[in-house]
Amino acid sequence: MRDIIQMIVVLAFLGAASGAGLALVKSGTAAKIEYQQLKFVKGPAIKEILEGCSNDPFVDRFKIQDGEVERSFYVGVFDGKANRVAYETYGKGFGGDIGIMVGVNLDTDGLLGMGVTTPFSETPGLGARAKTEASFKNSFKGLSIKEPVKIKTEGGGVDAISGATITSKGVCAAITDSSEFYNKLKPQIVEKAAAFAK
Amino acid sequence: MAKSIVQEFTKGLWTDIPPFRLVLGLCPTLAVTKAFNTGLGMGMALTFVLVCSNVLVSLLRKIIPAKVRVPCFIIIIATFVVIVELVMQAYTYPLFLTLGIFIPLIVVNCIVLGRAEAFAYKNGIGASIADGLGMGVGYTIALCVLGSIREIFGHGTWNAIELFGSSFQPFTFMVEAPGAFVCLGLMLGVMNLAGKK
Repeated sequence: MRDIIQMIVVLAFLGAASGAGLALVKSGTAAKIEYQQLKFVKGPAIKEILEGCSNDPFVDRFKIQDGEVERSFYVGVFDGKANRVAYETYGKGFGGDIGIMVGVNLDTDGLLGMGVTTPFSETPGLGARAKTEASFKNSFKGLSIKEPVKIKTEGGGVDAISGATITSKGVCAAITDSSEFYNKLKPQIVEKAAAFAK
Repeated sequence: MAKSIVQEFTKGLWTDIPPFRLVLGLCPTLAVTKAFNTGLGMGMALTFVLVCSNVLVSLLRKIIPAKVRVPCFIIIIATFVVIVELVMQAYTYPLFLTLGIFIPLIVVNCIVLGRAEAFAYKNGIGASIADGLGMGVGYTIALCVLGSIREIFGHGTWNAIELFGSSFQPFTFMVEAPGAFVCLGLMLGVMNLAGKK
């Protein structure tokens, strides 16, 4: 009997101590881990879109509750004005869902560019070129978020990737879809972004 | 105690060096030694877990009942592994991505459990620290050596530094899975030759 009680006590004590210790470490590292995940998973796309900003967009970020979903916005400060944001939107590609990071200039509603995040499993050599193809990526710059984004054969301004029309259209549709919540949330975005101006 | 603290430490470096002499902990040894720095990262993670778990097991060895010692060891080891995992995510995220599943798998690494069972449960805290540190450093050295050999031949780099210039034709076999086995076999052979009297 004594044995059993000792076993129960020791195991319970060890389990509790371990749980408490881990909870402590977890809460201590949570913010740091979130930052690291941002930097290495979404970071490259954000960096590219907000290239030349004078702040750290991974730190200067905010979230807005949009109905059920929480949307994150990353702020880029240029010449002391916090008027550029990057945010994520999702669409359908050839190989499943695709995550797209879009940059928008809040003053002009013009697109600053796009980058690929996760999920992204387009065909290597074809759709996957959305990550690197400069003519495709650059053709988004200067388009307006207020109007539907389309590829050139459909009367829009985007240079589609040859051999990857579905991916190209998917990216355009993802950005067009995002204009819905962008327009709805814009007053809040402008207000929250302004707080990061330096 | 028969051996001194120094002897407990140094045995892990040569006579009992884990992957080459005890041939323990081979799964990560083969999997993460594609490059020098992943080997180093894995070795350091294991050393931390090994030393901490040895200390705790040795401290609690009079309280832990013999019948439930293995579950107790596992709780202690798993706790430190999760700590390593979280800290790695927070500070060295790219390394965490390369090591992937092999960090949580330290829980079932036979070196850690083996040292807890065979050594720390029976010895004092000083000797246990020395044992854990020695084994951990030995394991790290072994991983670094294997990683260096495979990276130099397979990629022509060491710790991502270019060694041979552009004319080098990489021997990619070395960084693939079969290359790991061949390389480990050769190392075991070299260790046996060197240890032969």
